[in-house]
Amino acid sequence: MIDTGDTAWLLVSTALVMFMTPGLALFYGGLVRGKNVLGTIMQSFFALGLVSVLWVLIGYTLAFGKSHWGLIGGLEFWGFRGVGQAPSDVYATTTPHVAFAMYQMMFAVITPALITGAIAERMKFAAYVLFLGLWSILVYSPLAHWVWGGGWLFELGALDFAGGTVVHINAGVAALAAILYMGKRRGYGKEAFVPHNVPMVITGAAILWFGWFGFNAGSALAANGLAASAFAATHVATAAAIIGWLIPESIKHGKPTTIGAATGAVAGLVAITPAAGFVEPWAAILIGLAAGVICWKAVDLKSRLRYDDSLDVVGVHMVGGIVGALLVGVFASTAVNEFSVAGLSQLGKQAVGVGATLGFSFLATWAILWVVDRTVGLRVTEDDEITGLDLSQHAEVGYTLVDRGGSAGRAAPAAAASTVVVEEPAPVKEGAR
Amino acid sequence: MKLITAIIKPFKLDEVKEALRDIGVNGLTETEVQGFGRQRGHTEVYRGAEYQVDFVPKVKIEVVADDDQVQGIVDAIIKTARTGKIGDGKVFVQPAEQVYRIRTGEMGPDAI
Repeated sequence: MIDTGDTAWLLVSTALVMFMTPGLALFYGGLVRGKNVLGTIMQSFFALGLVSVLWVLIGYTLAFGKSHWGLIGGLEFWGFRGVGQAPSDVYATTTPHVAFAMYQMMFAVITPALITGAIAERMKFAAYVLFLGLWSILVYSPLAHWVWGGGWLFELGALDFAGGTVVHINAGVAALAAILYMGKRRGYGKEAFVPHNVPMVITGAAILWFGWFGFNAGSALAANGLAASAFAATHVATAAAIIGWLIPESIKHGKPTTIGAATGAVAGLVAITPAAGFVEPWAAILIGLAAGVICWKAVDLKSRLRYDDSLDVVGVHMVGGIVGALLVGVFASTAVNEFSVAGLSQLGKQAVGVGATLGFSFLATWAILWVVDRTVGLRVTEDDEITGLDLSQHAEVGYTLVDRGGSAGRAAPAAAASTVVVEEPAPVKEGAR
Repeated sequence: MKLITAIIKPFKLDEVKEALRDIGVNGLTETEVQGFGRQRGHTEVYRGAEYQVDFVPKVKIEVVADDDQVQGIVDAIIKTARTGKIGDGKVFVQPAEQVYRIRTGEMGPDAI
């Protein structure tokens, strides 16, 4: 029976979650060097293209089709067959089945995009396309099935409200595998890798925060009190995580940074994701504070361990996801959600969910990287890495502050070519370059 | 005294700076420049329109040195900035008539 309020909220939430991926593109794009800004943005933006199509064709049915052995969904929904205006019998039963499937699509899109922060500035675009497609089908869909689609973790009773395991721990540990497999960027540890556009980072973080209300409050799959409760928990945990990050940062470096505030906010959003629909606001504040401090420490440790997690996907998403997934088992309250269970045995179940995600995602990601490396090769050449991804992979540059001469080439339309003014070349002095 | 001007690939700047510091150069000026020589530019594409961009980004380094140090500095730049590929750049040496340190008014080699 379709409820119009629930349907309206789910559709709005779907659009909110969709907006997170371009937000992530800006967040990551601002953190890299200027010569890689487009390459980095493209990795997220292109996920909207490829994963959306794959989700309709095969991804959705593998995640949410009838469970086989608790491991994988059947093929009955391939191409969204039977996913129509009538509600599903199982998922979000008060909204059209296709609304639920589209909502889930946006989660499938952003999860692999999160990984790109770890391999930024060094992956060949062709390799990324292949990796993205394989990872979406072989890693994301099975894990989504385990936790949400009636798979074995779902049966076990591990709590994951909006995707702490499926989205964040999954992407975070896949990022770890990718970092270890691909190695460091050229010049890592010697040259300064300074974020080239900090306001863009903050803009991206703000868009993520905004979209995350759809991610978490939308996961109630209904316009009800639980959605409102998750909305509140999401916001206050994020707020607390900003504070939690800035305190140790200020103590260590003397000053609080804006990138620290933005990263702390994302860490809080990550940590509250599995817990949003199970905890009260006071507990959300504690989870946010813990995530801010612990993720700060994880990122701080990274520089000492000297592995090149370019944009700190492991420190924020894997660590933040684990903080949230475990603390659900401590703070879950039946006042918020009738399915809440807290205590030692629940903490154990949460740990099983975390461990299974870590193990499966790491190994499967490693295998996919191996295959992609053997076929198209993962890394750009040294010359292309020096030139930057923008020019070497996409034949564009992000910023032209001065006109750089040059002329319209073969493919330029005649009209454009005629606008190019050819100036007299300046007299060339002897010995000029 | 001589003014040494070198045009090099941008990613070589740090290496060249370190090499010069190692042989006792204690100051230099760096400018981001664009130019072209034998190294071709590159093609950019925006909504199907293709553009040939001729100017390639380079870094210009300027160092003033006493005559007896000039050859050592030039050699260090050539050695560290070389990749063996086209576009490695150029080094120019020209006489510097006089050098003044603004703060003290010192002149000549003492002011370098």
